[in-house]
Amino acid sequence: MNLIIEGIQKAFFLIFTLDAEVLGITLLSLQVSGTATLISLFIGISVGTAVALSRFPGRQLVVSLINTGMGLPPVVVGLFVAIFLWRNGPLGFLEILYTPTAIILAQAVIATPIVTGITLASIQNLPVNLRLQILALGATRVQMVWLLVKEARLPLLAAVMAGFGGIISEVGASIMVGGNIRGYSRVLTTATVMETGRGNFDVAIALSIILMLLAFFVNAILTQIQQRERPR
Amino acid sequence: MNPGTHAEALLRNKRIVRGGDGSGYPLDPAAVALPPESRPEILLQAENLLVRRGGATVLDIPAFDVHPGELLALIGPNGAGKSTLLLTLACLLKPSRGRFSFNGREIDAGRGDVEYRRRIAMVFQEPLLFDATVFDNVAAGLKIRGMGREEIGRVVPGYLELFGIAHLTKRSARKLSGGEAQRTSLARAFVTKPEIVFLDEPFSALDPPTREALIGDFERIIRETHTTAVASTHDQTEALRLADRMAVMNGGKIVQIGPVAEVINRPADGFVASFVGVETVLPGRVLRSSDGVFTAAVEGGEIQAVGHLRPGERVLCCIRPEHVTLSTNIPPPGTSARNAFPGTIRKITPLGLFNRVLLNCGFDLVAYVTRQSLETLSLEEGKRVIASFKATAVHVIPRQEPRQT
Repeated sequence: MNLIIEGIQKAFFLIFTLDAEVLGITLLSLQVSGTATLISLFIGISVGTAVALSRFPGRQLVVSLINTGMGLPPVVVGLFVAIFLWRNGPLGFLEILYTPTAIILAQAVIATPIVTGITLASIQNLPVNLRLQILALGATRVQMVWLLVKEARLPLLAAVMAGFGGIISEVGASIMVGGNIRGYSRVLTTATVMETGRGNFDVAIALSIILMLLAFFVNAILTQIQQRERPR
Repeated sequence: MNPGTHAEALLRNKRIVRGGDGSGYPLDPAAVALPPESRPEILLQAENLLVRRGGATVLDIPAFDVHPGELLALIGPNGAGKSTLLLTLACLLKPSRGRFSFNGREIDAGRGDVEYRRRIAMVFQEPLLFDATVFDNVAAGLKIRGMGREEIGRVVPGYLELFGIAHLTKRSARKLSGGEAQRTSLARAFVTKPEIVFLDEPFSALDPPTREALIGDFERIIRETHTTAVASTHDQTEALRLADRMAVMNGGKIVQIGPVAEVINRPADGFVASFVGVETVLPGRVLRSSDGVFTAAVEGGEIQAVGHLRPGERVLCCIRPEHVTLSTNIPPPGTSARNAFPGTIRKITPLGLFNRVLLNCGFDLVAYVTRQSLETLSLEEGKRVIASFKATAVHVIPRQEPRQT
């Protein structure tokens, strides 16, 4: 019990004294997961919208694959990204294994199916004739897609929350492709795992609290936007 | 007053030719109307339109045209092809075959012709509003056309006023009632000054009072803006009130098209007759004929009608309920009605301003009577009355002999 109380005290000490290492880890976590979320939004919204608006042979299979991808285990993603980025791997020439870029790549792979799946469902849930109505208003195809995405913006915010929430808290892929290098590729989750392994529970608890606060604040801001937009 | 005259009054009062250049904007007709001689005779013309879905033909229209300034009503049962025709004409559905032209210009059927789609507008049964304010919804088409914010700010308020939704300008579209939402949808369509508007049962999802008010406003606006319109409806009264011409559709085909009065009074076949409100359609065979009047035997009686038909010919005798007069005197004094049948009232159904009376005269006959007549004649179910109608009120449709099997 003392261990926990001491851990929490230490945590708040590290947080309020703005410990340089903890701050660095926190900022890197935000930067890596934020960038990965942006990449996944760009790809996920584009692919999700395209699949939602088109009819082609094998579409059902593609939708099933996207839905399966929403539950992709991070360690499996970490394994395959590591293999791809390995020196002799297909993308080995990029020489980005054990860098923050590799973590961004892995996290983007984890978040993209989540964003794609939610986008697909959001666009499909819009009224069937809305597409035709937009075209009847004189819209070009690009304008129509933009207006549909805009119309589905509330569920898409949920996609952002789900995507960011999924990757800020994942550890498997980050440790496998980032290497948890101190001051370079160490993020909140990998640092927590390491400190727990070393028995430094106070630091681990501090990092966990920061991680939870980070996830809470980002989601609180997005929820605020979502609720403000919602009709009352 | 015989309630049948309700429909006739509508026919008398409605405009016959709306005229104008179809631009529909600004609202001063004198400012936009082209001299009649410079108007094209046909605004929209379609040929050999064929739409197939899942191997079945859902639309097959050899020829179809819309005249400038008219309101053409498409009526028919569900699945008749009304919506498919509207979507095809609005370039929102690619036909399997066929072509159409607008103002003499060939249109790229399907969804490719953005230029054409910016000259038309379409209103669906559901308002399909964006999750935005009423103002932003009405402005949507203008924004799509790249109109600047200032100009939008000048144009939109006039249309909000016109459709009676100026007080809702800043309200979220999600908070509107059904009528308000459909008004917003109509304003959004008209603000772009469409040369033709396609309306797919725009009033059918509304409750009767809201519907009545909106139809009244729509009628006024479409007259003021001189907008050409093609509207689908399954409500005959709505078509009567608004349309210049009427096309009756069934099974993906246009069964009859023509001026409203012509379709209503001279239906081409039994289907059209039943659909346009001819409630009594009696199959019969001509017994004798002289001086342009013939007598046909129908099940349970004989009917006199006007026409040069030969004895033995098979016919359908169509009688509109508003043309049937009921009386308690035998025979009705001082009348030119050549058909009079004693009958028993089987059922009286109130229909708002008038009542539908179903009689058994040996055959089923439907009459419309006002509430006042109902009271004056003390009409009630089971009462014996005399139903009469003129020979000229019987619309006769010749029938083919059934095929020998």
